[in-house]
Amino acid sequence: MGSYLLKRLLLALAVAVTVSLVNFTMVLMSGDIAVSIGGPTATYEQLDQIRRDLGLDRPIVVQYLNWLGNALRGDFGDSLFYRTPVAALIVERLPVTLTLGISAILFTTLIAIPLGVVAALRPNSWIDRTALSLAVAGQAMPSFWFGLMLIVLFSVIFPILPPSGAEGWEYFIMPTVVLGYSAMPAVMRLTRSGMIEVLTSDYIRTAYAKGLRNFKVLFKHALRNAVIPVVSLAAVQFGYMLAGSIVVESIFALHGTGFLAWEAMKTADLPVVQAILFFFSTFYILLTFLADMLNAWLDPRIRIG
Amino acid sequence: MTAIAAEPVLAARAGPPLWRRILRHRGLTAGLLILGLVIAIALLAPVLTGKDPYLQDLLRRLKPPVWGGGSWDNPLGTDNLGRDYLTRLLYGARISLVIGVAAASVSGIIGTLLGIAAGYFGGRIDLAVTFLISVRLSMPVVLAALAVVSLIGGSLTVVIAVIGLLNWDRFAVVMRSATMQVRDLDYVTAAKSVGCSNLRILATEILPNVASQLIVVATLEMAHAILLEAALSFLGLGVRPPLPSWGLMVAEGKNHLLFEPWLVAIPGSALFLLLLAINLVGDGIRDVTAPEQRG
Repeated sequence: MGSYLLKRLLLALAVAVTVSLVNFTMVLMSGDIAVSIGGPTATYEQLDQIRRDLGLDRPIVVQYLNWLGNALRGDFGDSLFYRTPVAALIVERLPVTLTLGISAILFTTLIAIPLGVVAALRPNSWIDRTALSLAVAGQAMPSFWFGLMLIVLFSVIFPILPPSGAEGWEYFIMPTVVLGYSAMPAVMRLTRSGMIEVLTSDYIRTAYAKGLRNFKVLFKHALRNAVIPVVSLAAVQFGYMLAGSIVVESIFALHGTGFLAWEAMKTADLPVVQAILFFFSTFYILLTFLADMLNAWLDPRIRIG
Repeated sequence: MTAIAAEPVLAARAGPPLWRRILRHRGLTAGLLILGLVIAIALLAPVLTGKDPYLQDLLRRLKPPVWGGGSWDNPLGTDNLGRDYLTRLLYGARISLVIGVAAASVSGIIGTLLGIAAGYFGGRIDLAVTFLISVRLSMPVVLAALAVVSLIGGSLTVVIAVIGLLNWDRFAVVMRSATMQVRDLDYVTAAKSVGCSNLRILATEILPNVASQLIVVATLEMAHAILLEAALSFLGLGVRPPLPSWGLMVAEGKNHLLFEPWLVAIPGSALFLLLLAINLVGDGIRDVTAPEQRG
Protein backbone atom coordinates (compact mmCIF):
# COMPACT_ATOMS: atom_id res chain seq x y z
CA MET A 1 0.00 0.00 0.00
CA GLY A 2 2.83 2.38 0.90
CA SER A 3 4.60 2.34 -2.47
CA TYR A 4 1.32 2.47 -4.36
CA LEU A 5 0.27 5.48 -2.31
CA LEU A 6 3.58 7.24 -2.93
CA LYS A 7 3.51 6.57 -6.68
CA ARG A 8 -0.07 7.75 -6.96
CA LEU A 9 0.69 10.84 -4.89
CA LEU A 10 3.64 11.82 -7.10
CA LEU A 11 1.51 11.37 -10.20
CA ALA A 12 -1.25 13.54 -8.71
CA LEU A 13 1.29 16.26 -7.92
CA ALA A 14 2.74 16.17 -11.43
CA VAL A 15 -0.73 16.34 -12.95
CA ALA A 16 -1.70 19.21 -10.64
CA VAL A 17 1.34 21.28 -11.60
CA THR A 18 0.87 20.63 -15.33
CA VAL A 19 -2.84 21.41 -15.21
CA SER A 20 -2.31 24.65 -13.33
CA LEU A 21 0.37 25.68 -15.88
CA VAL A 22 -1.97 24.88 -18.79
CA ASN A 23 -4.88 26.72 -17.17
CA PHE A 24 -2.70 29.71 -16.33
CA THR A 25 -1.26 29.99 -19.85
CA MET A 26 -4.65 29.45 -21.47
CA VAL A 27 -6.32 32.27 -19.56
CA LEU A 28 -3.31 34.57 -19.91
CA MET A 29 -3.24 34.12 -23.66
CA SER A 30 -7.00 34.48 -24.18
CA GLY A 31 -7.51 37.72 -22.31
CA ASP A 32 -5.51 40.87 -21.83
CA ILE A 33 -5.39 41.82 -18.18
CA ALA A 34 -3.97 45.24 -19.02
CA VAL A 35 -7.02 46.07 -21.14
CA SER A 36 -9.28 44.77 -18.36
CA ILE A 37 -7.62 47.17 -15.90
CA GLY A 38 -7.06 50.12 -18.20
CA GLY A 39 -10.48 49.99 -19.77
CA PRO A 40 -11.39 50.77 -23.38
CA THR A 41 -10.09 54.37 -23.22
CA ALA A 42 -6.51 53.52 -22.20
CA THR A 43 -3.72 54.54 -24.57
CA TYR A 44 -0.98 52.17 -25.73
CA GLU A 45 1.51 53.90 -23.41
CA GLN A 46 -0.79 53.42 -20.41
CA LEU A 47 -1.34 49.76 -21.31
CA ASP A 48 2.42 49.23 -21.59
CA GLN A 49 2.88 50.88 -18.20
CA ILE A 50 0.28 48.57 -16.62
CA ARG A 51 1.96 45.54 -18.22
CA ARG A 52 5.34 46.57 -16.84
CA ASP A 53 3.89 47.24 -13.38
CA LEU A 54 2.26 43.82 -13.22
CA GLY A 55 5.21 41.99 -14.77
CA LEU A 56 3.17 40.92 -17.79
CA ASP A 57 6.14 41.62 -20.07
CA ARG A 58 8.14 38.81 -18.47
CA PRO A 59 8.25 35.22 -19.80
CA ILE A 60 5.13 33.16 -19.07
CA VAL A 61 7.04 30.62 -16.99
CA VAL A 62 8.34 33.36 -14.68
CA GLN A 63 4.85 34.81 -14.33
CA TYR A 64 3.45 31.35 -13.66
CA LEU A 65 6.01 30.55 -10.95
CA ASN A 66 5.29 33.89 -9.29
CA TRP A 67 1.57 33.28 -9.43
CA LEU A 68 1.91 29.69 -8.17
CA GLY A 69 4.16 30.79 -5.32
CA ASN A 70 1.57 33.30 -4.19
CA ALA A 71 -1.32 30.89 -4.79
CA LEU A 72 0.26 28.25 -2.55
CA ARG A 73 0.33 30.86 0.20
CA GLY A 74 -3.36 31.53 -0.40
CA ASP A 75 -2.80 34.81 -2.25
CA PHE A 76 -4.62 34.89 -5.60
CA GLY A 77 -4.41 38.65 -6.00
CA ASP A 78 -7.31 41.08 -6.01
CA SER A 79 -10.47 40.88 -8.07
CA LEU A 80 -10.48 43.58 -10.75
CA PHE A 81 -14.22 43.98 -10.36
CA TYR A 82 -14.79 43.73 -6.59
CA ARG A 83 -11.37 45.17 -5.64
CA THR A 84 -11.14 42.62 -2.81
CA PRO A 85 -8.87 39.57 -2.38
CA VAL A 86 -9.91 36.70 -4.66
CA ALA A 87 -9.31 34.06 -1.98
CA ALA A 88 -11.81 35.71 0.37
CA LEU A 89 -14.38 35.94 -2.44
CA ILE A 90 -14.10 32.24 -3.18
CA VAL A 91 -14.24 31.20 0.48
CA GLU A 92 -17.31 33.36 0.94
CA ARG A 93 -19.12 31.76 -2.05
CA LEU A 94 -17.97 28.19 -1.48
CA PRO A 95 -20.64 27.01 1.03
CA VAL A 96 -23.45 27.46 -1.51
CA THR A 97 -21.63 25.48 -4.20
CA LEU A 98 -20.56 22.74 -1.77
CA THR A 99 -24.12 22.42 -0.43
CA LEU A 100 -25.41 22.14 -3.97
CA GLY A 101 -22.68 19.70 -5.05
CA ILE A 102 -23.05 17.41 -2.03
CA SER A 103 -26.83 17.28 -2.21
CA ALA A 104 -26.64 16.66 -5.97
CA ILE A 105 -24.18 13.77 -5.68
CA LEU A 106 -26.33 12.27 -2.87
CA PHE A 107 -29.40 12.62 -5.08
CA THR A 108 -27.54 10.95 -7.96
CA THR A 109 -26.17 7.99 -6.02
CA LEU A 110 -29.31 7.40 -3.93
CA ILE A 111 -31.35 7.07 -7.12
CA ALA A 112 -28.87 5.74 -9.67
CA ILE A 113 -27.31 2.89 -7.62
CA PRO A 114 -30.57 1.24 -6.46
CA LEU A 115 -32.00 1.72 -9.96
CA GLY A 116 -28.91 0.15 -11.52
CA VAL A 117 -29.07 -2.81 -9.10
CA VAL A 118 -32.75 -3.47 -9.73
CA ALA A 119 -32.23 -3.12 -13.49
CA ALA A 120 -29.37 -5.63 -13.32
CA LEU A 121 -31.47 -8.12 -11.35
CA ARG A 122 -34.21 -8.05 -13.96
CA PRO A 123 -32.59 -7.33 -17.32
CA ASN A 124 -35.06 -6.37 -20.07
CA SER A 125 -37.93 -6.05 -17.59
CA TRP A 126 -40.08 -2.91 -17.58
CA ILE A 127 -38.01 -1.45 -14.74
CA ASP A 128 -34.77 -2.06 -16.68
CA ARG A 129 -36.23 -0.38 -19.74
CA THR A 130 -37.50 2.56 -17.66
CA ALA A 131 -34.06 2.98 -16.08
CA LEU A 132 -32.41 2.87 -19.50
CA SER A 133 -34.87 5.42 -20.93
CA LEU A 134 -34.20 7.71 -17.97
CA ALA A 135 -30.48 7.38 -18.66
CA VAL A 136 -30.79 8.07 -22.39
CA ALA A 137 -33.03 11.08 -21.71
CA GLY A 138 -30.61 12.32 -19.06
CA GLN A 139 -27.71 12.26 -21.49
CA ALA A 140 -29.66 14.32 -24.01
CA MET A 141 -31.20 16.81 -21.56
CA PRO A 142 -29.55 20.25 -21.63
CA SER A 143 -29.40 21.12 -17.93
CA PHE A 144 -30.12 24.81 -18.49
CA TRP A 145 -33.31 23.91 -20.33
CA PHE A 146 -34.33 21.29 -17.75
CA GLY A 147 -33.87 23.92 -15.02
CA LEU A 148 -35.99 26.51 -16.81
CA MET A 149 -38.74 23.97 -17.47
CA LEU A 150 -38.77 23.00 -13.77
CA ILE A 151 -39.14 26.69 -12.91
CA VAL A 152 -42.11 26.98 -15.29
CA LEU A 153 -43.65 23.85 -13.76
CA PHE A 154 -42.99 24.33 -10.04
CA SER A 155 -42.72 28.10 -9.66
CA VAL A 156 -45.17 29.37 -12.29
CA ILE A 157 -47.86 26.76 -13.00
CA PHE A 158 -47.81 25.12 -9.53
CA PRO A 159 -46.10 27.76 -7.36
CA ILE A 160 -44.66 25.49 -4.67
CA LEU A 161 -40.92 26.11 -5.02
CA PRO A 162 -38.95 29.38 -5.14
CA PRO A 163 -37.41 30.04 -8.57
CA SER A 164 -34.22 31.75 -7.40
CA GLY A 165 -32.06 32.62 -4.41
CA ALA A 166 -30.53 30.58 -1.60
CA GLU A 167 -32.34 31.52 1.58
CA GLY A 168 -33.30 28.03 2.75
CA TRP A 169 -33.23 24.34 1.94
CA GLU A 170 -36.25 24.58 -0.36
CA TYR A 171 -34.20 26.82 -2.65
CA PHE A 172 -31.84 23.92 -3.30
CA ILE A 173 -34.44 21.34 -4.39
CA MET A 174 -34.70 22.20 -8.09
CA PRO A 175 -30.96 22.95 -8.52
CA THR A 176 -30.15 19.61 -6.85
CA VAL A 177 -32.46 17.70 -9.16
CA VAL A 178 -31.09 19.43 -12.28
CA LEU A 179 -27.42 18.98 -11.35
CA GLY A 180 -27.96 15.47 -9.98
CA TYR A 181 -29.87 14.23 -13.02
CA SER A 182 -26.97 15.15 -15.32
CA ALA A 183 -24.69 12.67 -13.53
CA MET A 184 -27.29 9.91 -13.15
CA PRO A 185 -26.96 8.16 -16.53
CA ALA A 186 -23.26 7.34 -16.12
CA VAL A 187 -23.61 6.10 -12.51
CA MET A 188 -26.72 4.06 -13.30
CA ARG A 189 -25.17 2.37 -16.35
CA LEU A 190 -21.96 1.51 -14.54
CA THR A 191 -23.83 0.05 -11.55
CA ARG A 192 -26.04 -1.99 -13.86
CA SER A 193 -23.25 -3.42 -16.00
CA GLY A 194 -21.04 -4.03 -12.92
CA MET A 195 -23.87 -5.86 -11.13
CA ILE A 196 -24.66 -8.00 -14.19
CA GLU A 197 -21.01 -9.00 -14.47
CA VAL A 198 -20.64 -9.77 -10.77
CA LEU A 199 -23.90 -11.75 -10.58
CA THR A 200 -22.65 -14.23 -13.19
CA SER A 201 -19.34 -14.80 -11.38
CA ASP A 202 -18.32 -18.00 -9.64
CA TYR A 203 -18.24 -16.69 -6.07
CA ILE A 204 -21.86 -15.58 -6.29
CA ARG A 205 -22.84 -19.04 -7.46
CA THR A 206 -20.84 -20.47 -4.56
CA ALA A 207 -22.55 -18.12 -2.12
CA TYR A 208 -25.95 -19.26 -3.35
CA ALA A 209 -24.80 -22.88 -3.28
CA LYS A 210 -23.80 -22.48 0.38
CA GLY A 211 -27.43 -21.67 0.98
CA LEU A 212 -26.94 -17.99 1.85
CA ARG A 213 -30.05 -15.92 1.67
CA ASN A 214 -30.71 -13.79 -1.40
CA PHE A 215 -30.47 -10.54 0.52
CA LYS A 216 -27.12 -11.40 2.04
CA VAL A 217 -25.61 -12.52 -1.27
CA LEU A 218 -26.79 -9.37 -3.01
CA PHE A 219 -25.57 -6.85 -0.50
CA LYS A 220 -22.59 -8.48 1.13
CA HIS A 221 -21.08 -10.22 -1.88
CA ALA A 222 -22.36 -8.74 -5.11
CA LEU A 223 -22.96 -5.04 -4.48
CA ARG A 224 -19.72 -4.60 -2.58
CA ASN A 225 -17.72 -5.66 -5.60
CA ALA A 226 -19.90 -4.00 -8.19
CA VAL A 227 -19.74 -0.69 -6.36
CA ILE A 228 -15.93 -0.36 -6.47
CA PRO A 229 -15.72 1.27 -9.92
CA VAL A 230 -18.83 3.30 -9.08
CA VAL A 231 -16.95 4.94 -6.20
CA SER A 232 -14.35 6.34 -8.63
CA LEU A 233 -17.03 7.45 -11.04
CA ALA A 234 -19.01 9.18 -8.28
CA ALA A 235 -15.86 11.06 -7.23
CA VAL A 236 -15.25 12.14 -10.83
CA GLN A 237 -18.87 13.18 -11.22
CA PHE A 238 -18.75 15.16 -7.98
CA GLY A 239 -15.75 17.06 -9.35
CA TYR A 240 -17.59 17.72 -12.62
CA MET A 241 -20.67 18.87 -10.70
CA LEU A 242 -18.77 21.48 -8.70
CA ALA A 243 -17.20 22.88 -11.85
CA GLY A 244 -20.38 22.44 -13.89
CA SER A 245 -22.56 24.14 -11.29
CA ILE A 246 -21.92 27.40 -13.17
CA VAL A 247 -24.90 26.67 -15.44
CA VAL A 248 -27.26 25.67 -12.63
CA GLU A 249 -26.18 28.53 -10.38
CA SER A 250 -26.78 31.04 -13.14
CA ILE A 251 -30.32 29.75 -13.77
CA PHE A 252 -31.40 29.67 -10.13
CA ALA A 253 -29.38 32.75 -9.12
CA LEU A 254 -27.50 30.79 -6.45
CA HIS A 255 -24.56 32.98 -5.57
CA GLY A 256 -21.91 30.29 -5.27
CA THR A 257 -18.49 29.99 -6.89
CA GLY A 258 -20.07 29.03 -10.23
CA PHE A 259 -22.00 32.28 -10.22
CA LEU A 260 -18.81 34.11 -9.25
CA ALA A 261 -17.02 32.47 -12.20
CA TRP A 262 -19.82 33.51 -14.54
CA GLU A 263 -19.66 37.13 -13.36
CA ALA A 264 -15.87 37.11 -13.60
CA MET A 265 -15.95 35.84 -17.18
CA LYS A 266 -18.47 38.46 -18.25
CA THR A 267 -16.34 41.24 -16.74
CA ALA A 268 -12.98 39.74 -17.85
CA ASP A 269 -11.93 39.52 -14.18
CA LEU A 270 -8.84 37.42 -14.92
CA PRO A 271 -7.50 36.86 -11.38
CA VAL A 272 -10.87 35.39 -10.32
CA VAL A 273 -11.09 33.19 -13.44
CA GLN A 274 -7.51 31.96 -12.84
CA ALA A 275 -8.17 31.20 -9.19
CA ILE A 276 -11.44 29.34 -9.78
CA LEU A 277 -9.92 27.18 -12.55
CA PHE A 278 -6.98 26.39 -10.28
CA PHE A 279 -9.23 25.65 -7.35
CA PHE A 280 -11.59 23.26 -9.16
CA SER A 281 -8.80 21.44 -11.04
CA THR A 282 -6.84 20.88 -7.86
CA PHE A 283 -9.94 19.78 -6.00
CA TYR A 284 -10.76 17.34 -8.80
CA ILE A 285 -7.25 15.87 -8.67
CA LEU A 286 -7.53 15.51 -4.90
CA LEU A 287 -10.92 13.80 -5.27
CA THR A 288 -9.69 11.25 -7.82
CA PHE A 289 -6.63 10.61 -5.64
CA LEU A 290 -8.83 9.91 -2.61
CA ALA A 291 -11.12 7.73 -4.72
CA ASP A 292 -8.13 5.70 -5.89
CA MET A 293 -6.99 5.26 -2.29
CA LEU A 294 -10.46 4.13 -1.26
CA ASN A 295 -10.49 1.71 -4.19
CA ALA A 296 -7.10 0.31 -3.24
CA TRP A 297 -8.36 -0.20 0.29
CA LEU A 298 -11.56 -1.91 -0.92
CA ASP A 299 -9.83 -4.01 -3.58
CA PRO A 300 -6.43 -5.49 -2.66
CA ARG A 301 -5.74 -6.41 -6.32
CA ILE A 302 -5.18 -2.72 -7.11
CA ARG A 303 -2.65 -1.96 -4.38
CA ILE A 304 -0.61 -5.07 -5.05
CA GLY A 305 -0.81 -5.19 -8.85
CA MET B 1 -7.47 -10.56 -24.81
CA THR B 2 -7.09 -12.15 -28.25
CA ALA B 3 -10.27 -14.15 -27.97
CA ILE B 4 -12.33 -11.13 -26.88
CA ALA B 5 -11.14 -8.96 -29.73
CA ALA B 6 -11.62 -11.68 -32.31
CA GLU B 7 -15.26 -12.20 -31.43
CA PRO B 8 -16.88 -9.23 -33.22
CA VAL B 9 -15.10 -10.16 -36.44
CA LEU B 10 -16.57 -13.65 -36.36
CA ALA B 11 -19.98 -12.41 -35.23
CA ALA B 12 -20.09 -9.97 -38.11
CA ARG B 13 -19.80 -12.84 -40.56
CA ALA B 14 -22.17 -15.18 -38.82
CA GLY B 15 -25.04 -12.83 -37.97
CA PRO B 16 -27.71 -11.32 -40.22
CA PRO B 17 -26.59 -8.56 -42.63
CA LEU B 18 -25.81 -5.15 -41.17
CA TRP B 19 -28.81 -3.31 -42.60
CA ARG B 20 -31.17 -5.86 -41.13
CA ARG B 21 -29.52 -5.53 -37.70
CA ILE B 22 -29.90 -1.75 -37.99
CA LEU B 23 -33.58 -1.98 -38.88
CA ARG B 24 -34.22 -4.46 -36.07
CA HIS B 25 -32.70 -2.05 -33.52
CA ARG B 26 -35.57 0.28 -32.71
CA GLY B 27 -33.48 2.94 -30.94
CA LEU B 28 -31.02 3.13 -33.82
CA THR B 29 -33.78 3.37 -36.42
CA ALA B 30 -35.58 6.11 -34.51
CA GLY B 31 -32.31 7.99 -33.94
CA LEU B 32 -31.33 7.79 -37.61
CA LEU B 33 -34.78 9.01 -38.68
CA ILE B 34 -34.71 12.07 -36.37
CA LEU B 35 -31.10 12.86 -37.22
CA GLY B 36 -31.86 12.56 -40.93
CA LEU B 37 -34.80 14.90 -40.48
CA VAL B 38 -32.67 17.51 -38.68
CA ILE B 39 -29.97 17.29 -41.38
CA ALA B 40 -32.63 17.71 -44.08
CA ILE B 41 -34.06 20.73 -42.23
CA ALA B 42 -30.62 22.29 -41.93
CA LEU B 43 -29.87 21.81 -45.63
CA LEU B 44 -33.30 22.89 -46.86
CA ALA B 45 -33.91 25.75 -44.38
CA PRO B 46 -34.18 28.50 -47.06
CA VAL B 47 -36.57 26.39 -49.15
CA LEU B 48 -38.70 25.43 -46.14
CA THR B 49 -39.48 28.91 -44.84
CA GLY B 50 -38.65 31.60 -47.41
CA LYS B 51 -38.29 34.06 -44.50
CA ASP B 52 -35.18 35.77 -43.16
CA PRO B 53 -34.07 34.57 -39.68
CA TYR B 54 -32.59 38.02 -38.95
CA LEU B 55 -35.51 40.18 -40.18
CA GLN B 56 -36.93 42.14 -37.24
CA ASP B 57 -40.49 43.40 -37.13
CA LEU B 58 -41.08 45.31 -33.92
CA LEU B 59 -44.79 45.63 -34.63
CA ARG B 60 -45.15 41.87 -34.51
CA ARG B 61 -43.24 41.10 -31.30
CA LEU B 62 -43.91 38.04 -29.11
CA LYS B 63 -46.75 36.61 -31.19
CA PRO B 64 -47.88 33.25 -29.79
CA PRO B 65 -47.59 30.03 -31.81
CA VAL B 66 -50.55 28.58 -33.68
CA TRP B 67 -51.75 26.40 -30.78
CA GLY B 68 -51.62 29.42 -28.46
CA GLY B 69 -53.97 31.47 -30.65
CA GLY B 70 -51.41 32.71 -33.17
CA SER B 71 -51.76 32.83 -36.94
CA TRP B 72 -50.23 30.63 -39.64
CA ASP B 73 -48.09 33.59 -40.76
CA ASN B 74 -45.77 32.67 -37.86
CA PRO B 75 -46.57 29.04 -37.02
CA LEU B 76 -44.26 29.06 -33.97
CA GLY B 77 -44.88 32.72 -33.14
CA THR B 78 -42.27 35.48 -33.04
CA ASP B 79 -39.53 36.41 -30.56
CA ASN B 80 -38.99 39.65 -28.67
CA LEU B 81 -37.66 41.36 -31.80
CA GLY B 82 -40.49 40.12 -33.99
CA ARG B 83 -38.39 37.57 -35.85
CA ASP B 84 -40.20 34.48 -37.15
CA TYR B 85 -39.48 31.76 -34.58
CA LEU B 86 -39.91 28.82 -36.96
CA THR B 87 -37.37 30.32 -39.39
CA ARG B 88 -34.85 30.88 -36.61
CA LEU B 89 -35.41 27.35 -35.34
CA LEU B 90 -34.76 25.85 -38.80
CA TYR B 91 -31.61 27.91 -39.36
CA GLY B 92 -30.47 27.05 -35.80
CA ALA B 93 -30.22 23.39 -36.83
CA ARG B 94 -27.33 24.44 -39.11
CA ILE B 95 -25.35 25.95 -36.24
CA SER B 96 -25.76 22.92 -33.98
CA LEU B 97 -24.81 20.46 -36.71
CA VAL B 98 -21.82 22.50 -37.91
CA ILE B 99 -20.55 22.81 -34.33
CA GLY B 100 -21.09 19.13 -33.65
CA VAL B 101 -19.38 17.86 -36.80
CA ALA B 102 -16.51 20.38 -36.82
CA ALA B 103 -15.67 20.18 -33.11
CA ALA B 104 -15.90 16.38 -33.06
CA SER B 105 -13.61 16.24 -36.11
CA VAL B 106 -10.96 18.40 -34.44
CA SER B 107 -11.07 16.45 -31.19
CA GLY B 108 -11.38 13.17 -33.10
CA ILE B 109 -8.15 13.78 -35.01
CA ILE B 110 -6.22 14.76 -31.87
CA GLY B 111 -7.63 11.98 -29.70
CA THR B 112 -7.31 9.26 -32.32
CA LEU B 113 -3.68 10.09 -33.11
CA LEU B 114 -2.79 10.14 -29.41
CA GLY B 115 -4.79 7.04 -28.54
CA ILE B 116 -3.58 4.87 -31.42
CA ALA B 117 0.04 5.92 -30.90
CA ALA B 118 -0.19 5.09 -27.18
CA GLY B 119 -1.92 1.76 -27.75
CA TYR B 120 0.32 0.63 -30.61
CA PHE B 121 3.77 1.70 -29.43
CA GLY B 122 3.18 1.34 -25.67
CA GLY B 123 6.13 2.06 -23.37
CA ARG B 124 7.13 5.68 -22.91
CA ILE B 125 4.72 6.98 -25.55
CA ASP B 126 1.89 5.29 -23.69
CA LEU B 127 3.04 6.80 -20.39
CA ALA B 128 3.20 10.27 -21.95
CA VAL B 129 -0.25 9.98 -23.52
CA THR B 130 -1.77 8.57 -20.33
CA PHE B 131 -0.32 11.54 -18.46
CA LEU B 132 -1.76 13.95 -21.03
CA ILE B 133 -5.15 12.30 -20.65
CA SER B 134 -5.07 12.69 -16.84
CA VAL B 135 -4.09 16.34 -17.28
CA ARG B 136 -6.93 16.93 -19.69
CA LEU B 137 -9.45 15.12 -17.46
CA SER B 138 -8.43 17.28 -14.52
CA MET B 139 -9.34 20.46 -16.37
CA PRO B 140 -12.99 21.35 -15.84
CA VAL B 141 -14.25 21.45 -19.48
CA VAL B 142 -17.23 23.73 -19.02
CA LEU B 143 -15.27 26.28 -16.98
CA ALA B 144 -12.17 26.13 -19.20
CA ALA B 145 -14.18 26.44 -22.42
CA LEU B 146 -16.23 29.29 -20.96
CA ALA B 147 -13.14 31.12 -19.72
CA VAL B 148 -11.31 30.95 -23.05
CA VAL B 149 -14.31 31.68 -25.27
CA SER B 150 -15.48 34.59 -23.12
CA LEU B 151 -12.01 36.14 -22.99
CA ILE B 152 -11.19 35.73 -26.70
CA GLY B 153 -14.70 36.66 -27.74
CA GLY B 154 -17.31 34.26 -29.08
CA SER B 155 -17.50 33.48 -32.76
CA LEU B 156 -18.46 30.22 -34.39
CA THR B 157 -14.81 29.46 -35.20
CA VAL B 158 -13.57 30.18 -31.68
CA VAL B 159 -16.30 28.03 -30.13
CA ILE B 160 -15.52 25.14 -32.50
CA ALA B 161 -11.76 25.43 -31.93
CA VAL B 162 -12.02 25.59 -28.14
CA ILE B 163 -14.48 22.70 -27.84
CA GLY B 164 -12.47 20.66 -30.34
CA LEU B 165 -9.17 21.27 -28.58
CA LEU B 166 -10.63 20.37 -25.16
CA ASN B 167 -12.83 17.36 -25.87
CA TRP B 168 -10.37 14.81 -27.25
CA ASP B 169 -10.07 12.80 -24.02
CA ARG B 170 -12.70 10.15 -24.71
CA PHE B 171 -11.34 9.57 -28.22
CA ALA B 172 -7.87 9.01 -26.79
CA VAL B 173 -9.06 6.68 -24.01
CA VAL B 174 -11.20 4.50 -26.28
CA MET B 175 -8.75 4.40 -29.20
CA ARG B 176 -5.91 3.49 -26.85
CA SER B 177 -7.67 0.46 -25.40
CA ALA B 178 -9.11 -0.58 -28.78
CA THR B 179 -5.65 -0.47 -30.36
CA MET B 180 -4.19 -2.50 -27.51
CA GLN B 181 -6.77 -5.20 -28.20
CA VAL B 182 -5.83 -5.59 -31.87
CA ARG B 183 -2.13 -4.78 -31.74
CA ASP B 184 -0.99 -8.38 -31.06
CA LEU B 185 -3.48 -10.14 -33.33
CA ASP B 186 -2.18 -12.43 -36.05
CA TYR B 187 -2.80 -10.14 -38.98
CA VAL B 188 -0.79 -7.36 -37.36
CA THR B 189 2.06 -9.75 -36.58
CA ALA B 190 1.85 -10.99 -40.17
CA ALA B 191 2.06 -7.45 -41.53
CA LYS B 192 5.09 -6.82 -39.31
CA SER B 193 6.82 -10.00 -40.43
CA VAL B 194 6.53 -9.15 -44.13
CA GLY B 195 8.24 -5.86 -43.32
CA CYS B 196 5.39 -3.32 -43.41
CA SER B 197 6.28 0.05 -41.91
CA ASN B 198 4.61 1.11 -38.67
CA LEU B 199 2.75 3.88 -40.48
CA ARG B 200 1.36 1.42 -43.00
CA ILE B 201 0.30 -1.04 -40.30
CA LEU B 202 -1.42 1.75 -38.37
CA ALA B 203 -3.26 2.99 -41.45
CA THR B 204 -4.22 -0.30 -43.09
CA GLU B 205 -4.41 -2.84 -40.25
CA ILE B 206 -5.12 -1.00 -37.00
CA LEU B 207 -7.35 1.90 -38.04
CA PRO B 208 -9.92 -0.14 -40.02
CA ASN B 209 -10.26 -2.52 -37.08
CA VAL B 210 -10.91 0.16 -34.48
CA ALA B 211 -13.14 2.19 -36.83
CA SER B 212 -16.47 1.00 -35.42
CA GLN B 213 -15.50 2.12 -31.93
CA LEU B 214 -14.25 5.40 -33.36
CA ILE B 215 -17.63 6.02 -34.97
CA VAL B 216 -19.41 5.38 -31.66
CA VAL B 217 -17.21 7.85 -29.76
CA ALA B 218 -17.50 10.37 -32.59
CA THR B 219 -21.31 10.40 -32.42
CA LEU B 220 -21.34 10.72 -28.63
CA GLU B 221 -18.73 13.49 -28.74
CA MET B 222 -20.74 15.27 -31.42
CA ALA B 223 -23.66 15.36 -28.99
CA HIS B 224 -21.31 16.55 -26.25
CA ALA B 225 -20.00 19.41 -28.43
CA ILE B 226 -23.52 20.52 -29.39
CA LEU B 227 -24.58 20.49 -25.74
CA LEU B 228 -21.49 22.46 -24.72
CA GLU B 229 -22.05 25.12 -27.40
CA ALA B 230 -25.67 25.47 -26.34
CA ALA B 231 -24.63 25.88 -22.68
CA LEU B 232 -21.94 28.43 -23.58
CA SER B 233 -24.34 30.42 -25.73
CA PHE B 234 -27.04 30.15 -23.07
CA LEU B 235 -24.70 31.76 -20.54
CA GLY B 236 -24.11 34.58 -23.03
CA LEU B 237 -20.47 33.60 -23.47
CA GLY B 238 -20.68 31.48 -26.64
CA VAL B 239 -21.70 32.52 -30.14
CA ARG B 240 -22.98 36.08 -30.35
CA PRO B 241 -26.44 37.37 -31.24
CA PRO B 242 -28.12 37.59 -33.70
CA LEU B 243 -27.03 34.07 -34.71
CA PRO B 244 -30.01 31.71 -34.25
CA SER B 245 -28.16 29.24 -31.99
CA TRP B 246 -30.70 27.16 -30.05
CA GLY B 247 -28.84 27.80 -26.80
CA LEU B 248 -28.92 31.54 -27.46
CA MET B 249 -32.63 31.37 -28.30
CA VAL B 250 -33.31 29.73 -24.92
CA ALA B 251 -31.29 32.49 -23.25
CA GLU B 252 -33.19 35.24 -25.07
CA GLY B 253 -36.49 33.57 -24.23
CA LYS B 254 -35.54 33.23 -20.56
CA ASN B 255 -36.64 36.80 -19.79
CA HIS B 256 -40.12 35.96 -21.07
CA LEU B 257 -40.41 32.71 -19.13
CA LEU B 258 -43.49 33.85 -17.20
CA PHE B 259 -45.80 34.83 -20.02
CA GLU B 260 -44.24 33.39 -23.18
CA PRO B 261 -42.80 30.04 -22.01
CA TRP B 262 -42.87 28.63 -25.57
CA LEU B 263 -39.87 30.85 -26.39
CA VAL B 264 -37.84 28.58 -24.12
CA ALA B 265 -39.78 25.36 -24.64
CA ILE B 266 -39.45 25.25 -28.45
CA PRO B 267 -35.68 25.63 -29.02
CA GLY B 268 -35.00 23.53 -25.90
CA SER B 269 -37.15 20.67 -27.20
CA ALA B 270 -35.38 20.87 -30.57
CA LEU B 271 -32.03 20.63 -28.82
CA PHE B 272 -33.23 17.73 -26.66
CA LEU B 273 -34.56 15.84 -29.69
CA LEU B 274 -31.35 16.31 -31.68
CA LEU B 275 -29.16 15.20 -28.75
CA LEU B 276 -31.47 12.26 -28.06
CA ALA B 277 -31.25 11.19 -31.70
CA ILE B 278 -27.45 11.39 -31.80
CA ASN B 279 -27.17 9.46 -28.52
CA LEU B 280 -29.56 6.78 -29.80
CA VAL B 281 -27.51 6.47 -32.99
CA GLY B 282 -24.26 6.18 -31.01
CA ASP B 283 -25.65 3.59 -28.58
CA GLY B 284 -27.29 1.76 -31.49
CA ILE B 285 -24.10 1.53 -33.56
CA ARG B 286 -22.31 0.12 -30.53
CA ASP B 287 -25.05 -2.48 -29.97
CA VAL B 288 -25.02 -3.49 -33.63
CA THR B 289 -21.24 -3.65 -34.14
CA ALA B 290 -20.09 -4.81 -30.69
CA PRO B 291 -23.01 -5.97 -28.54
CA GLU B 292 -20.69 -7.22 -25.78
CA GLN B 293 -19.83 -3.63 -24.84
CA ARG B 294 -23.40 -2.73 -24.01
CA GLY B 295 -23.56 -1.03 -20.61
